[in-house]
Amino acid sequence: MLWKGPNGPGGTMSIWEYANPKKFMQTSGALLPWAVGLSVVTLTVGLIWGFFFTPDDYKQGSTVKIIYIHVPSALMAINAWGMMLVTSLIWLIRRHHVSVLAAKAAAPIGMVMTLIALITGAIWGQPMWGSWWEWDPRLTSFLILFLFYLGYLSLWSAVENPDAAADLTSVLCIVGSVFAFLSRYAVLFWNQGLHQGASLSLDREEHVADVFAYPLWTSIAGFVLLFVTLVLIGTRTEIRARRMQALLAREKLS
Amino acid sequence: MIALLLRDLRLATRAGGGFGLSLTFFLILVTLVPFGVGPESGRLATIAPGILWVGALLASLLSLDRLFALDHEDGTLEQLATAPLPLEAVVAMKAIAHWLTTGLPLALIAPLLGVLLHLPGAAMPALALSLAVGTPALSMIGAFGAGLTVGLKRGGLLLSLLVLPLYVPTLIFGAEVARRGAEGAALGTPMAFLGAITLGTLALLPYATAAAIRVNLR
Repeated sequence: MLWKGPNGPGGTMSIWEYANPKKFMQTSGALLPWAVGLSVVTLTVGLIWGFFFTPDDYKQGSTVKIIYIHVPSALMAINAWGMMLVTSLIWLIRRHHVSVLAAKAAAPIGMVMTLIALITGAIWGQPMWGSWWEWDPRLTSFLILFLFYLGYLSLWSAVENPDAAADLTSVLCIVGSVFAFLSRYAVLFWNQGLHQGASLSLDREEHVADVFAYPLWTSIAGFVLLFVTLVLIGTRTEIRARRMQALLAREKLS
Repeated sequence: MIALLLRDLRLATRAGGGFGLSLTFFLILVTLVPFGVGPESGRLATIAPGILWVGALLASLLSLDRLFALDHEDGTLEQLATAPLPLEAVVAMKAIAHWLTTGLPLALIAPLLGVLLHLPGAAMPALALSLAVGTPALSMIGAFGAGLTVGLKRGGLLLSLLVLPLYVPTLIFGAEVARRGAEGAALGTPMAFLGAITLGTLALLPYATAAAIRVNLR
């Protein structure tokens, strides 16, 4: 539990310093107000800009505005799982508790993001495609991703020993990533897509118009900041919960 | 390894082992489907490959929670973990024994049950072949789930929640082979993917499963 971080080669700063819970709590405590403020500002600017100061689409009318929630949340749903994969690997390889606690904190946020993407997609799909749900590859992969989040979280809550739970969920996260990736490409094989291609891409082949893209980038930045803020808060809560357990255990011994 | 395989097979086939249970379950499922969707032969024939594949999935799930749990309860699993044989090999053997007692019999009787669902005769070989190639992956993935949940008190429901999403790629390619077989289309591509998934899971998942079991025995 009381893991001491190495000072890195020659006493220089290294990223592993933040694996020390004390150091992590100090730094994240200092960063947190900034993260909260920045995410509130960018989200407000991005969403208000997107909702009130962009024109309606000539074909989709005002339903196009759902993009400012749908695309960022879908992006974060995938990236949250990616972050969990990285932090789970760090836990399995270097046994840093903060890392696996961050993965645990990210999972419910990623799950909610997946749900938001699915629900906003359904609300948009009803007037545009004429149905709430289509068995389209992208939609189906998101539903599968949602199931993976559910399984991961239930394994966390089912295992009593916290270290065993951390190990088992990390192994599940790695295996799950491989299968989620496989499923993503397997569903392409299974059904043709109705969902449009990428809304934002660097080569600008298929792209939304600039007037929609700038507020979209702003709200994406807002969602990223929101995610970072929530993960920081969640990880700090987990660390505090562990400290409380340690104190209780010590009290029982004395 | 062979001795372990034989032991597991013997345990599964003798009284109380549950062998035949999954076959019975498969039969019951196929009997119930026409009650649910109606007896028209055209409709049954179109959904038959999918029903048989989903049935195979559920039937293999039935016996999974016993895969390691019984050995865990009486301490055999600890013995196996400390034996000179690598735990990875033990896990692979147990998955193969599970396949021999559930997946293989299912593949063999699937054409028979296909008759009940009016599956055209030309589709039978593709269906049986897809099940024979695909079900080892189901057993191995299931063994991984069983390894994750072996120490848990109420692991059964959690096991299905963990394992079923992992079954998605296998189900997609397996059902695709069976569907193409029914339509008389070429089987090559989905068959290759299905085989790749089976071989890949058999090669890699024993490591993940053994890691999970070691954590649970700690």
